Amino acid sequence: MNSSRRRLMSYGETIRQTLHHAMDRDPSVLVMGIGVDDHKAVFGSTLGLSKDFGTRRVIDTPISEAAMTGVAIGAAVGGMRPVHVHMRCDFLYLAMDQLMNLAAKWSYMFGGRMSVPLVVRCVIGRSWGQGAQHSQSLQSFFMHVPGIKVVMPTTSADVQGLLLAAIADPNPVLVIEHRLLYGIQGMVPSVFRAAPFGQTHVRRTGKDVTVVANSYLVVEALKAAEFLSRHGIDIEIVDPVSLVPLNAGPIVESVRKTGRALVTDTSWVSCGTSAEIAALIAEKAWDRLRVPLRRLGNAPATCPVSQPLEKAFYPDAWKITRNVFEMMGRKFPEGKWKDDDIQFKGPF
Amino acid sequence: MEPVKGRRETIVFISVSPNPPKSQTSAPRAHPVHPPATPPVRVRSLSTPLLWRFYESLLRIRLSEQRISRLYPTDKIQSPIHLSTGQEAVSVGVCQALRKGDHVYGTYRGHGLYLALGGGLKGFFAEMFAKTHGCSHGKGGSMHLVAPEVGLMGCSAIVASMIPVATGDALAASIQGSSRVIVAFFGDGAVDAGVFYESVNFALLKKLPILFVLENNGYAVHSKVAERHSRTDLHRVLAGVGLRGRRLEGNDVRQVYGAAQEALRSVRQGAGPLLLELTTYRWQEHVGPQSDIDGSYRRPGEKARALRRDPLGICRHALLERGATSRRLDALCARTESEIDRAVAFAEKSPFPGVGQLLRGVYR
Repeated sequence: MNSSRRRLMSYGETIRQTLHHAMDRDPSVLVMGIGVDDHKAVFGSTLGLSKDFGTRRVIDTPISEAAMTGVAIGAAVGGMRPVHVHMRCDFLYLAMDQLMNLAAKWSYMFGGRMSVPLVVRCVIGRSWGQGAQHSQSLQSFFMHVPGIKVVMPTTSADVQGLLLAAIADPNPVLVIEHRLLYGIQGMVPSVFRAAPFGQTHVRRTGKDVTVVANSYLVVEALKAAEFLSRHGIDIEIVDPVSLVPLNAGPIVESVRKTGRALVTDTSWVSCGTSAEIAALIAEKAWDRLRVPLRRLGNAPATCPVSQPLEKAFYPDAWKITRNVFEMMGRKFPEGKWKDDDIQFKGPF
Repeated sequence: MEPVKGRRETIVFISVSPNPPKSQTSAPRAHPVHPPATPPVRVRSLSTPLLWRFYESLLRIRLSEQRISRLYPTDKIQSPIHLSTGQEAVSVGVCQALRKGDHVYGTYRGHGLYLALGGGLKGFFAEMFAKTHGCSHGKGGSMHLVAPEVGLMGCSAIVASMIPVATGDALAASIQGSSRVIVAFFGDGAVDAGVFYESVNFALLKKLPILFVLENNGYAVHSKVAERHSRTDLHRVLAGVGLRGRRLEGNDVRQVYGAAQEALRSVRQGAGPLLLELTTYRWQEHVGPQSDIDGSYRRPGEKARALRRDPLGICRHALLERGATSRRLDALCARTESEIDRAVAFAEKSPFPGVGQLLRGVYR
């Protein structure tokens, strides 16, 4: 696309403008959630919507996630296109019955006669002591149950395209955002256009190791890539922004090229997204693996608040780098790594 | 209780009380499980054709469910069933008071609701048989009936789960400026769940056009209300948040109809949500084709009182009082049975969904 037709915009602002565009274009779109019309407006992502579209379509909800999710489902069945927003993914546990037993099953159990055009947005928290209940990424729960689409947009362009696609889709779609992505700038098309589901992006090409990274972990993987390239290792970063439906093609293709796969995920490893992707690699690129594939996710513990523990808990550039060195059969250059030295502030 | 002869066999459970209540406008008898109902609505003004319509609908539900019970041992219905025998007047009374375009949400005990709304018998039995021509194309079964063409937007097998969904539909109606009213049907067990309170709070906050119909059949599976709640006046449990509730006996279809009409009028005029608690009695097992009305978990005397307040018996008696002949009543029975015969035959002939259908409909 011609660069003159693109703009540099932060992830958070892109969400805001995309919602504004969707509401402007379609009067059945409504935005609901805790705090969507207050001065903080879910990290700015819903700022000004209530002023422009009124509180009938921009609804501050009681702190009743279970019922409000049902309300969103019912509004969808009743002809609206609700976007239900949660400041943290952790709160979705309260809504699981409605999402899993109703939204995901509505179309199928009623013989395909009806559908639930619902969008649920939620934000992953990380760093600064988010702790046990403000830090979780629940994508694997939703990937497990058929009937809900799941996307994890990484860049501003992703979030513009996928949010529009989600709103236009007749099915329930979970859009998992990341708080640490909100301030990162990225190029977005000046014309609003829905992106197709089922896209997997190659964020960086390389020949030595395939690093599968999603959401904010793409940032960490890019930092790792910078350090690694200084030491002669060239990683390829593949980002499955669409988890359901998942296009494993680019992942498999990349692994078949590099022969090495490190699958990272913003959540835990056990039965998680990384487990699913690792299984797909094992099924489709086993014969090309030169070393055993590896997975990297949150430590199997509850997210701690103390900084040293928190740092040890999360996957990050340093851990990616160490794993890559090991997979290449090389010794990690101790003493060379300086956190401040390796940064990524965008734009994508 | 005196069995009435149908075309081919005895119609179980249609009682004609030897000592029918003297006046149908007097307060209904105290319900076996619940305190006396609030004063009844006036029912004299109901036309005779309307009464016949009520009876026809009650009969269709009763006979259809009896047919299911009879078919069940043949294993042609391979799915759990939750019968609404004894509770028919709740569905019929409320649904007869609805307008075209209104939306209704129900539960796994949804046969009565589906049929009371006018859902087709063929689609009903084909769904019992899990066949292609079922209302949910054989994918939902007895617990997940749907008939958007008559306003039944869905039935769920998770207790209380449709209450918020119905509330959301009411939110949509309110935003759209639609004149439709939403009715959420749920049982007394649903009052135990948090989403009941959460939904009612929101519906009141936004003054949504929704009628909550609490069908209190005395038991959540096998537990009585008093075993699950510190207070049993369920119609008042949310008075604190401002929910106006009314309790009345739900076995006299005329009373239910009158109360529903009144409530729906208020909701339609924009006065906000209302709750109708309709007390009735579950004659059957919680799940399954049998009656366990003599079950050990029930209280002595409940059965006799329930049979005296048989919704069909009450309506039949009212028709007899208006000069209906047994002959005409029996003819209606026979006609309904033949209609069911045809629906069952249709369901038998309908093919099972092909294996190619397995992955269809997961996503739209």
